[in-house]
Amino acid sequence: MTVFIIRRLLQSVVVVAVMSLLVFVGVNIVGDPVDMLINPEADQAEIERVIRDLGLDRPLHEQYGYFVVNALQGDLGDSFIFGQPALQLIIERMPATFELAIAALLLAVVLGIPLGVLAGLRPDAGWSRTIMAGSILGFSLPSFWVGIMMIMLFAVMLGWLPSTGRGDTVPVLGVEVSFLTRDGLSHLLLPAINLSLFKLSLVIRLARAGTREAIHQDYIKFARAKGLSETRVVLVHLLKNIMIPVVTVLGLEFGGLVAFSVVTESVFAWPGMGKLIIDSLHELDRPVVVAYLMIVVLMFVIINLVVDIVYSILDPRVRLQDTRA
Amino acid sequence: MTVQAEQRPGTGLEAAPRPEDVSVETPFRRFVSDFLESRIATVALAVFAVIAFIALFAPWIAPTDPYDLAQVSVLDSHMPPGSTAFDGRVFVLGTDGAGRDLLSAIFYGLRISLGVGVMSGIIAMAIGSVVGLAAAYFGGRVDTVIMRIVDIQLSFPSILVALVLLAVLGKGVDKILIALITVQWAYYARTVRASALVERSKEYIDAATCLALGHRRILFRHLLPNCLPPLIVVVTVQTAHAIALEATLSFLGIGLPITEPSLGLLIANGFEYMLSMKYWISVYPGVALLITIVSINLVGDQLRDVLNPRLQK
Repeated sequence: MTVFIIRRLLQSVVVVAVMSLLVFVGVNIVGDPVDMLINPEADQAEIERVIRDLGLDRPLHEQYGYFVVNALQGDLGDSFIFGQPALQLIIERMPATFELAIAALLLAVVLGIPLGVLAGLRPDAGWSRTIMAGSILGFSLPSFWVGIMMIMLFAVMLGWLPSTGRGDTVPVLGVEVSFLTRDGLSHLLLPAINLSLFKLSLVIRLARAGTREAIHQDYIKFARAKGLSETRVVLVHLLKNIMIPVVTVLGLEFGGLVAFSVVTESVFAWPGMGKLIIDSLHELDRPVVVAYLMIVVLMFVIINLVVDIVYSILDPRVRLQDTRA
Repeated sequence: MTVQAEQRPGTGLEAAPRPEDVSVETPFRRFVSDFLESRIATVALAVFAVIAFIALFAPWIAPTDPYDLAQVSVLDSHMPPGSTAFDGRVFVLGTDGAGRDLLSAIFYGLRISLGVGVMSGIIAMAIGSVVGLAAAYFGGRVDTVIMRIVDIQLSFPSILVALVLLAVLGKGVDKILIALITVQWAYYARTVRASALVERSKEYIDAATCLALGHRRILFRHLLPNCLPPLIVVVTVQTAHAIALEATLSFLGIGLPITEPSLGLLIANGFEYMLSMKYWISVYPGVALLITIVSINLVGDQLRDVLNPRLQK
């Protein structure tokens, strides 16, 4: 067990190190921020001073060395545009992104499981086919286009909901959230639905497959034979058992929601970290891009590490296989 | 992500038993007749054929060349669908902000979107198949290392991998191709490895080994052809995925440059006019994108059912 955890930990460290090198070196070769950031009318001395201030005059490997040492201390450099620490910028925008991702996840579960179970119980009914066709569309449609269509329909044509921004926020435990104000909630609704569509389709499929499998199991037959009402069989006996795969997958997919929020945030101008990185990419604000990518990669590496370890505890075969290889 | 999700449910259970054909039945003929059994898939295939035709011959069938400045007039900008220009031309789908005929722009956009998607799919398939075959054939440490890399990569969502690469590489057709190939190759490697592992232990491979044939010959002439069926399914799903991803990245302004106006860029251009009710500029390119992706996915769905040995009658 210890060997397994150490191996996985080392592997995670290697992944992060490779990523940091790739991202840092790559981002520093593309584009020249000096041209973009310095007033074209500045004289030579001014230009040189700014270059020195930003540390752009040093050789790349030295810049990377500073980057690593500073990164380990939580300092990922200052944004060229905002003049603030990049890490702070991202952390400031993190609550907005997480709020959006959690709302999307909740929507996917709350709508997806009932729809999937219904489709699984009566696979040949017309509405079951409609649900499944909808889930195929949810998989196929590019989410940015669906977002645009939602803005056109609900914001422009019907005028029911706002299309951009976060609305009024209230602080909860020091973190600004939108979902507690009426205005904030109306701003949250469209982006959350947009982001959840893909996961919703996934949950519907999982719940449907699980239901179709479980419905023929002995414990369901037994529950029915006991004379329990159909509602109780479905809500208690069936639901409990199909929740296991659904919860596992959703735990893994949360990171995906954060990554894909890049698209939704750009469409709905949601002020989260996804919109920040796209803006920073356009403005060649390298420290922010590097910091965002490092944070998200780190997040994924940690999620995967935890999942691997939990799996290996639950299923010893996983770690045996790994230690032998 | 799509692949894993789409493989889960047991479709095809509804298929009715097929009457025995009287004519001589080659495997290919059986494959074709099995495929055509589904009306939706047949229609999807026909639709895709039309789209591919439009993409291939866009310069000859488009009403105008939207990027020839001599044929475009700013006076025609923002015209709704069906309006007539002062020189008598009819803009079936309207015009965009620069006065370009939207139908023609969509034809040209399809050409770029489909081209990038299909090309990345083919290259990724080539790379992924070779790597997957090698992993299965040589086994041992090679296999462990390759599959660990595949696993690590697949644990990141495609958009994040693409984002990292495009942040590093910048914009451009070659760059987006690299990003799309990197996103896809691991799926091919995993699929080919899985089926090659099964095939490797079969007798014809033993026979080929006993004949002292070279590694390369065994790999590509004996092993690879027998791993093709699942690969074909992955190609369709992944190509649709690549087209959608390219459109997304281009929409975000970090994919293709403005000189390569793919459907994603057309939609992004139209987005700014959305709030002034000029819906057609981004709706119609989106519909074209949608039809393309859905038709490829439907064809892939049916291919999976037809090529799945467990569902064969």
